[in-house]
Amino acid sequence: MAYNWNWGVFLQPTATGDDTYLGWMFYGFKMTITLSLSAWLIALAIGAVVGVLRTVPNRWLSGFATAYVEVFRNIPLLVQLFLWYFVLPELLPVAWGDALKQTNPIVQQFLASMVCLALFTSARVAEQVRSGINSLPPGQKNAGLAMGFTLPQTYRFVLLPMAVRLIVPPLTSEFLNIFKNSAVCSTIGLLELAAEGRQLVDYTAQPYESFIAVTLAYLLINVVVMFGMRWVEAHVRVPGYIGGK
Amino acid sequence: MHEFDWSSIPGALPFLWDGMVISLQITATAVLVGIVWGTLLALMRLSSITPLSWLAAAYVNLFRAVPLVMVLLWFFLIVPSLLESLLGLPRGSDVRLASAITGFALFEAAYYSEIIRAGIQSVPKGQMAAASALGMTYGQSMRLVVLPQAFRNMVPLLLTQGIILFQDTSLVYVSALADFFGAAYKVGDRDGRLVELLLFAGAVYFVICFTASRIVRHYQNKLKVA
Repeated sequence: MAYNWNWGVFLQPTATGDDTYLGWMFYGFKMTITLSLSAWLIALAIGAVVGVLRTVPNRWLSGFATAYVEVFRNIPLLVQLFLWYFVLPELLPVAWGDALKQTNPIVQQFLASMVCLALFTSARVAEQVRSGINSLPPGQKNAGLAMGFTLPQTYRFVLLPMAVRLIVPPLTSEFLNIFKNSAVCSTIGLLELAAEGRQLVDYTAQPYESFIAVTLAYLLINVVVMFGMRWVEAHVRVPGYIGGK
Repeated sequence: MHEFDWSSIPGALPFLWDGMVISLQITATAVLVGIVWGTLLALMRLSSITPLSWLAAAYVNLFRAVPLVMVLLWFFLIVPSLLESLLGLPRGSDVRLASAITGFALFEAAYYSEIIRAGIQSVPKGQMAAASALGMTYGQSMRLVVLPQAFRNMVPLLLTQGIILFQDTSLVYVSALADFFGAAYKVGDRDGRLVELLLFAGAVYFVICFTASRIVRHYQNKLKVA
């Protein structure tokens, strides 16, 4: 096979001259991490609230939460991203839409990507929170209420402290997913890892090295997250439950 | 506020329908390949032959660690030229689409294999032991005793994964395949009606996936009673 391997290409200055190709990759890597982590924090917050709402007796609240989850789970991520990026600015009041369109394009791409990933993931987090709460014996809630706790107190002091610890393992896979899903954001031009990989192919004409490097970077993220979460899981395990001490 | 103009959709329906057919074809291909190849991977992973199980584990973990977008780009940009030089195909012979679909199916097989592995493991051990006691070989007991029960339990999960897979097909957008989403985007871009077409595409995906997941849930409940 006549292919010239050249791993040194990463150290060469880029065509635009202001950085090395390794620098480009590193920029994409940082973008992927920043985007995924910020979206993850929002997803956890919203997902926790929506997940709790799905289990409350009030039909309006649980109905709203169910609708929220169904909408975000049944539309492909790519479509959601395009809706946030291309459609939302058009549907806002003109002044807001114009203000949004005049901001730095990188900021626009980042905001759309972050909101999209956050809400998409929050629906999945909400499902885990719900199943965590539902997996507790019903006696726990009844006992809390019988002790004279109000419903919010029962959630705060009885149900959630247990549920949170139970759902850490399934949340690990959602956490891994958000990094992988962030690659979709390359489609609106956000220069994260996958997009930098594509750009490197175009600029360096060394497709194998570029793609191998990007793939390894994703593997690295995966391994780090997995070990980190394994550590967290070991610390929050509930004794007496499957996987507990 | 945006002035909606939906007039470009009715005329574009045949084109959008063609796109939907492509989306469904990719889904069907990937589900089929995914289940068959996923079953083989699961059997390899559970087999007592260490190199086989190691190989299957490596395959599954690799594909599950890499974003689908990257896999599609690999199979769209890199693999075709690799195939051309390896098989000595004439330059520019268009294997890119077939390659992208293959990549998609190989990716989804990794996810299917995890579902199927869990399904096989959920069959009580006594079933295998009983089959061996009756004189069946390993292959016979798997094929005639364990797998039928495993698949019966897995049907809802396999279908749910099929719905996720259908949503994932929209990502073949990165490989310039004119699936339903690609078609909707093209029409919107051409007529300057991106807002309407994207909303329309979102609504169509929602209706299909929501209905399908309701049907799966209904089936799941029925299975539970039985």
